[in-house]
This record gives sequence, structure tokens and C-alpha cells, in this order.
Amino acid sequence: MIARTMEETRDVLSRTWSSRGGLAGWFSITTHQEIGKRYITTAFIFLLIGGIEALLMRLQLARPDNTLLSAQRYNQIFTLHGTTMMFLFAVPVMEGMGVYLVPLMLGTRNVAFPRLNAFGYWMYLMGGLFLYAGTFSNSIPDAGWFSYPPLSGPQFSPGKGLDVWGQMITYTEISAMCVAVELIVTIFKMRAPGMSLHRIPMFCWAMLVQSFMVLFAMPAVMLASTVMLVNDRTIGTHFMNPAEGGDPLLYQHVFWFFGHPEVYIIFIPALGMVSSILEANTQRGIFGYSAMVLSLVANGFIAFGLWVHHMFATGLPQIGEAYFTTASMMIGITSGVQIFCWLATLWTGRLRLTAAMHFVFGFIFIFVLGGLTGIMLASIPFDLQAHDTFFVVAHFHYVLIGGALFPLFGGFHYWFPKFNGRLLDEKLGKLTFWTLFLGFNLTFFPMHVLGLNGMTRRIYTYPAEMGWGPANLLATIGALVIALGGIFFIVNVLRSRQSGAVSDNNPWKAGTLEWEPASPPEKYNFELQPVVTGRYPLWEAPEKRAAVTGMREDRREVIVTSVMDGVPQFRMVLPGSSIWPFLTALGFGIGLAGSVVWFSWYFVASALGMFGLIGWFWPYEPGEIEP
Amino acid sequence: MIHQSAIDAAGRQAAQIQGLFWFFIVLLGGIFLIVVALMLGPLFCRHRGLDREPLEQTHTPSIETERKLTHRVGWATGLTVLILLGLVVLSVSTGRSISGGNPPANALTVEIVGNQWWWYIRYLNEDASRVLVTANEMHIPIGRPIVIRGSSHDVIHSFWIPNLHGKRDLIPSHTTTEWFQADHEGRYRGQCAEFCGLQHAHMALWVVAETPAQFDSWMDLQLRPAPAPSDAVKQKGQRIFLDHACVLCHAIRGTTAAAEQAPDLTHLASRSTIGAGTLPNTRGNLADWIADPQNSKPGNHMATVALSREDMPPLLTYLESLK
Amino acid sequence: MRIAAIGFCLFALIGCERDRRELRPAPTRLAIFKDAARESDLQPGGVHSEPQVQNPYSGNAYAISEGQRLFSWYNCAGCHANGGGGMGPPLIKDQWTYGGQPANLFDTIVKGRPNGMPSWGGRIPEYQVWQLVAYIRSLNHEEPVTATPPRSDHIQQDSGTLMNKPGGGTR
Repeated sequence: MIARTMEETRDVLSRTWSSRGGLAGWFSITTHQEIGKRYITTAFIFLLIGGIEALLMRLQLARPDNTLLSAQRYNQIFTLHGTTMMFLFAVPVMEGMGVYLVPLMLGTRNVAFPRLNAFGYWMYLMGGLFLYAGTFSNSIPDAGWFSYPPLSGPQFSPGKGLDVWGQMITYTEISAMCVAVELIVTIFKMRAPGMSLHRIPMFCWAMLVQSFMVLFAMPAVMLASTVMLVNDRTIGTHFMNPAEGGDPLLYQHVFWFFGHPEVYIIFIPALGMVSSILEANTQRGIFGYSAMVLSLVANGFIAFGLWVHHMFATGLPQIGEAYFTTASMMIGITSGVQIFCWLATLWTGRLRLTAAMHFVFGFIFIFVLGGLTGIMLASIPFDLQAHDTFFVVAHFHYVLIGGALFPLFGGFHYWFPKFNGRLLDEKLGKLTFWTLFLGFNLTFFPMHVLGLNGMTRRIYTYPAEMGWGPANLLATIGALVIALGGIFFIVNVLRSRQSGAVSDNNPWKAGTLEWEPASPPEKYNFELQPVVTGRYPLWEAPEKRAAVTGMREDRREVIVTSVMDGVPQFRMVLPGSSIWPFLTALGFGIGLAGSVVWFSWYFVASALGMFGLIGWFWPYEPGEIEP
Repeated sequence: MIHQSAIDAAGRQAAQIQGLFWFFIVLLGGIFLIVVALMLGPLFCRHRGLDREPLEQTHTPSIETERKLTHRVGWATGLTVLILLGLVVLSVSTGRSISGGNPPANALTVEIVGNQWWWYIRYLNEDASRVLVTANEMHIPIGRPIVIRGSSHDVIHSFWIPNLHGKRDLIPSHTTTEWFQADHEGRYRGQCAEFCGLQHAHMALWVVAETPAQFDSWMDLQLRPAPAPSDAVKQKGQRIFLDHACVLCHAIRGTTAAAEQAPDLTHLASRSTIGAGTLPNTRGNLADWIADPQNSKPGNHMATVALSREDMPPLLTYLESLK
Repeated sequence: MRIAAIGFCLFALIGCERDRRELRPAPTRLAIFKDAARESDLQPGGVHSEPQVQNPYSGNAYAISEGQRLFSWYNCAGCHANGGGGMGPPLIKDQWTYGGQPANLFDTIVKGRPNGMPSWGGRIPEYQVWQLVAYIRSLNHEEPVTATPPRSDHIQQDSGTLMNKPGGGTR
């Protein structure tokens, strides 16, 4: 152990945790902050692309018998919109926030498997590029974001568009599983000493539950799309071919076994964000921590028992369907408990109405409305009328945008100073909120009425005599207002990065550990890893705060603690920068992309990927930096 | 304006669902308003009593406050559980009452097979001579249960007449069943409700609910083969039909045309629309449709047959005679 | 004398057309059918590699899929099964009686062939014939594998859908 001043310590830490410069260095980065920011930025670009697709759809539907988009083009665009939003934006952005925030909240320096983290990001990026590369070469999927066979099968969707779709899912789901694995291990084993499970922030609980759900749900979608659908389409298997003993409903079951947990995978991290924002802006710990945690866990379990509610119209036995009605309604309890706890927190805290808090209020309003229409849809007789109509479109946009996007934007406004060192403009933030809120309701509320009045989903046009014109026009205007809100947000971000008010380490006076380091944090997060004695370390009296000493700064060392009580167990050395995750992802990526066209490229993928993995796992001495 | 609406019920199943819907709106709407009020409350009551809370030191309110909150959250949760259980019971019992058990005995059974992008309709009957095959428009008697036995010839479709009942998917290799009853005369429009490809938007179905007497006379008329051409123009039209690709896919009972790939045209002129609800059935639209089916419904499977200018009018006259 | 003259003219009439020698053919008869679908690889005077008429839909996945649909709708399977043949010859083979090039297949479908192949010309439009040609070529792996579906959704020759059963019922 070398005696050093704090200043020298900081220097050595900086060097230990930096990456080489230049292009090779950029591809080798394995620090969680950088990778988290990459996830978020990439996902945001896909959000914009998906938003443009939505605007195109709305412009086509604004008037009856409109000819802006042909039938084929419209079908392609709604497929891309759903696919982009669900697979390329919603899950990755939550993962990105998790990857960035969880180590900071836990008081550690990186995630448990830094190279796996990098690999997951590159796979995600490649998946998105693969889908849109197919788009630019006219191989565009057009069977909807869940692509039911036989429509999506070889006979009714000729060409490569759907093969691209099915294979893209492989990339994004591998990526999601990488993040899930590393977050679970990080949350369980790499916390600050003293941080028992009962003291971790709600956002970390949310990411933990979400990660377990990912592990169980993502393999199901890979099975449905990549294995069953792509193989039916390319090598002549018969999973969904009734003529040879297969069944189209098999796909629906396997897909929705993933599909329903997927929406909770998107939504649960947002619940964690709401708790974080609420705690800081009411200056009290969340009410009912234990109840909240149990609700999250119950939510995660129950979510796997709901999938048939997407299939109520398929003629399954009534008794079985009734079970799913019950489960679908019961999940309202877990969400309800959380809402009640948040309301209790709101009523008994010192409320500070920041822009982020506006989004929390908007979340409660919109999500509760969406949740209540969900209760309606859980009832089979009503669902048989509303299924596959714009009523369902309205419902899921209310719960997804209200339940995930509004908290996310609240989280952006809340954590922006931590990411960037400057505060977003509060006034513009509130304007963003009101524009998004009003635009959203103007767009999606009329859709409830449209659905009840018989407008089915996924139609590229409708006759004037149906009377759906006025509501559709309102919805289109609302969509333009949403776009305006998006523009306000982007302007706010771009301006504030340059000239926003400089932020100190804890502008909101929050209690959790991510606010201890400077804004933005150094690459090593904490000069000394903290030791905690309570749930809100930054709200503890200063004399009670402690830190870990005696760690080596010249290599990437972290403390590993026990699962339940956060007792330090041993030191672990994390790998430094490495190009191998990128090369491995590139190898698998090229192979998987080619396999859509030539099956033998699966072997190419294996070979290239294996080459990458050999480099990755080649034994090495922990990198040490000269002091 | 066409009221293809789930909240404009014309039959008992749809009416029960409609009732359930309004109950939900009132109950859940009320709950929503309460939650929003509770959410907005703190904005207006910000400082009431809070100055007494020791939040600055501990960031937790007093023990009494926490206990009071636990009480209230507990009650709210309990109430939520009860309400949801009640809603489960209500939903399941409504479902049972509209379509539980076996279909009623005096039902009229109709087989519906979905195709890209039209509806094959076959009225079943123990008397084989009274089995009727038609397409895209069906008549039903009011006051009598109609059992739909559905399947699909290609991809998954969904049979949905909102004014009468919820939907039922039509899945290849499966037979799905639902029954409903119309209680008011009228013409009700339905639409395919499962994305089925390029022209999913133009796959509509008309259901005409009429008195049993009117239904019986409609059925008698439909069961007859097509009237023989009564003059030379119609004869020429029939000749043109049989000499071109039309005969390869369409059936007209009473002629040698008996294919089932495309809608049965035996009584085409008795239907109000063509192209599965895409265009009103007028001479001009029929000409447009035959000359270029891809114009109104691009991607549909009807062959584009180039007819000469002399051939089209007699063909139209013949088709118009198929009442 | 008159009878002999009439008899002589009658003789002349019988022989007129038969013995006429057309030394300079009419211009309409001078065409050389360059685009004819050849049914033999041999050509007198050596083989010229002229490009035959191409299938405009070759390599197009949608056209092959449409050809698959039309193969079923127009009941080609009634004689040719799913390519293996039955009453009619198989359509998956190396030796084609009337030629297996796209232009030959087009000809076969449009003109019909002896011993049972109907003539589809005049019934179905040209683009559908080319779609069928593309499909048949795909059965023989003559179309890019990326455009060819690996299987049909109706391989099993089972009892078919509801539509074929009188009075309803399935399976």
C-alpha cells in the first residue's frame, strides 16, 4: 500500500479508469457511464425515427380515403414503428439508464461484467442497423410488430423483410440478456459495504426485478421469432404450418409469453425512476418501502401469468381464459399499492414542483387512466369488442407512454445534471411537459372512442361514411403537438449542454449515492468507495459517513459484498478496456445478418464469434498502471 | 353515416357487453377522478400540518403520520382487491350468460371462412338442397340465435360485427365458434379485425337482420340458380364470363362455373357492395372493378383481365341480371 | 368439243393449287421467328447464343409467391400434384419434353401440349403466366434461393378446408 495524497489518488484513479485514445480506444471502452450514455443516445435516435414513422401514419389517417401512403407502405411503416419503439427504444433506454445509474447508486465503480456490457451495446447497435439496412434495401417487414403466422410465414410474406425482422430480435434480446445478467450480479454482489438489500434504492430494486424478468422472457421471443418463424421461412420447418401438424396459435402463445412481460420490462424501471424523483422532490424517503418492493416483485411474477389476454378472441376454452382474466385484474393490485404509496409520499413530503415532478404527476394521471382501461380489457366480453381496435391502441399508448415515457423524461430532467454537469432549463422543461401532456391526450384519448365505434387497428385507410374522420384529425393534430414537445426537449438538451446553469454534485438535495460524486462523475465514480449505514446515505449526518480505504487505485479494483447484508467479502479486479467485445459482436453480427440470406452463415457467425471470444477470454494479468 | 359501433347494440350479446362497458366507465371513471383528486391535493394543501413534521432531520415524518398512512394505504389496497374480485366475478358471469355452454338448439348455423380479403359464407342445413353458399353479405332473421363456425383458408382473420357481438378469430386449421342474436332489424357493417395483409383495411362484411319471413324469402331466392340470360346481350355477357379467366375462380350456379377460389357470384346483383364492402354495387363501380381491380384494392388477388370495349357492356348487363 | 373443254378446265382446277410454284413468296411470309421458344438445343449451321425471351419476374419473391398461389387456384396440382406429377408429368426434373427454359414454359402454358395440357392462352393474362413460370422454375432451384419460399403452407394433401365438405364440418 502506497501512501498518497487525495490529489495523487485522483490522478492515479483517472489513469486507471481511462481508455486509450483514438478510434481503437473508443471501441474498447468498458466503463459503465460511457456505455450507459451510448445506450441512451442510440435509443433516443430510434425514438425519433419511430416518432417520424408515427407521424407518417397519423398523416395518412388524418382524412378518410387518404392517398399519402400506399397500403404496402403503411403496413411497413406501422410494423417499423412498433418494432423500433418496442425493441430498439423502450427496452434499451431503460437498460441504459440502469447501466449508468445502478453502479452509482450502489456505491461501486462499474458493473460486474464490463466487457459483457460493451458486447451487449454493440449487439444492440448492430441489430438496429441491421433492421434499417434491410429497410434501405427494400426488405421491409410489413406484418406488424408481432408478425403472426401464417401471414408472416413463407407463403404469405415473400421476400426477406420478415427474415430481417426475426433475426433482428436475436441481436436486441442478446443485448437485453447481457445487461440483465450484469445488473443482477452487480446489484447482488457489488454494493457499498453496509448496504443491505433493505437499503438499496427503489430504482435498483426495479432494475433487479426487471432483469430477472428479462432472463425469463427474452428466450421466449427468440424462440418464437428466430427459431420458429425464421426457420419456417428459410429452411422449411413446420412449427406453424397446420398442413404438417404445426399450429399458428403456437407462435401466439410463445410470443405473448414474452410479449406481456415485455411491457412490464419496459415499465418497471420507470417505476423505480418515479420513486427516485419523488424522494428528492418531497425530501422524504418513499412511504412503504417494503410494500413497494413486494409489489414490484409480485408484479414481476404475475406478469408472466397474463399472456393469454392477448388471445381472448382465438376461441380458447372459457375456463382457461377466465384464469387469465383474474390474473390480469389482480396485477392491478400491485400497481395500485405503488400508486397509493406514492400518493402517501406526496401528501407528507415537502413538495418541490420541479420539471421532473411535472412528469411524475403526468405519469400518475396518464398511467392510471391506461391501467383502468386495462382492467376493462381484462374482462373477456368487453375485450371481444375492443380487441384489435383503436381502443387497445389507446390503452397501450396510455400505459407505455404514461407509464414509461413520462417517468423517463422526468428522469432525464432529474438526472441530466448528473450526466452533464449542467441543469436543464426548468421553464422549458415545464413547457415540454405541458406540450407533451396535452398533445398526448389529444392524440390518444379520441382513439378510445374510435375503437368503440368500430375502427380496427392496422388499416391504412377508411371510408368517409364511417364517421371516423374528425377523431382521426384530432389525433393527428395531437401527434404534431407531441412532436413539438419533442422539439422543445431537444432544444433544451442542446442549449443546456452548452450554457445551462452549472450544477454541483447534488442540485436536488437527494439522499441516494449517485449524487455524491461530482456532476458529471469521474470515470471511477467515487474517490473512496462509500460505506453506508442507512437507506439514504446523503441524508445521514456527515460524521456518520464512512468510506473504504486500502483499495488499490492502480488497477480497477472493487469491493464484493454479500447478497443480503452487504458485508464486504473480497476485492475483485475488473478488466480494463478491451476491443474484444466489439470484435465478438461484430463477428456474431455479420454472421447472423448473413444467415438470413444464406443459412451457412450461421457457421460463419459461430466461427467469427468464437475467434472474438477466444481473444476475450485469453488469460491476462490484471492491468496495472504505473503509480 | 354507418354506425359500426360496439356501443350501439342491436342484439342481446352486444347489449350485455354495452351494459358492462357503461358500468366500467362509471365505476372506473369514478376511481380515476378520486385518484387524480388525491394526486392534485398536495399541490393545494402543501403546508398544512407539515411544519410540524421533523423532515429536515430525519427525512421521515413522525411515527403517527406513518401509522396513519399505513392504515389508509391498507384500506385502499383492501378496497382495490375487493373491487377487482367483484369485477372478475362480473366479467366471468357476463361471459357465461352471453355465450356459456352449448349453442342454443334452434340456432341457424353459418360457416364463415376468411380469405384474403373476402368472406366465404355457407348456411348449413340438414337438408343438403338448402345449403347456401354466398359471399361478403349475409342475411339473418332477428330473434333467432346465429351460430358462426369460423375458419380461414389462408391467414388469420377475425369476424366482427360490433353492433351484434364481439369478435372471433378465424384461424386456419381451427374451427372457432360464437353465437349471437340480432334483436332489431337493420343493416350492420362488420370488418375483419385481425391484420391479414395488404387489404385488411378493405375486408368488410354486411349483415342484414330482417324478419323471419323476409329472411325465408331471401333464402329461397338465393338458393335458386342464376337466372338464365333472357336476351342476346346477356347471353353474350355470359359467354364472355365463361370464355375469360372469370370462370377459373368464380362460381355462378346454373352455369358451368363452379370454382370456389373467389366470391360466389350467383346473386351478385342482390348485394349492396362489391369487393367485400370496398365499393357500392353500381354499374360504374363494377366496370371499374373488372377493368382494373388493383385500382380500388391494390394487392387483391383478382386477375386483371383485359376486356375489349365491346365486351365490357354485355358482361356488365349480364352481371346486373344476377339478382 | 365443249365437253372436252369443260373437262379440261375441271382437270386444271383440280391441279391448280397443287402445282402452283411460288417462286417469290409474299412479304408476309418472310418473317423469321427469332423469338420462338426453341425446344431443341441443336441449330443448323452451329449454335448461336441468342438470348431467349426472359422472364420479367425472375428473382422476384412476390411473383414466385403469386405463382405458388395461382398453381393452387388454377388447379395445376390436379395433374401435376405439387410438382411431383400424377396424371401429368412432374414439373421438377432435368429433362423437359418441350424445354425447361422460361420461354418454353411460357409457351407450354399458353399453347397447351398434346395428351392433356390445356391451353391457357386467352384465359389468363400474360403476367400470371410469367408468375407461374417463375414458380415452376423456383421448384427446380433455377430461381435465387433468397426469393424462393422453402415450403408451401399446404404440403400435406389432406382433406382440405371446410370449403370442400358438403354440409359443413372440418377435418
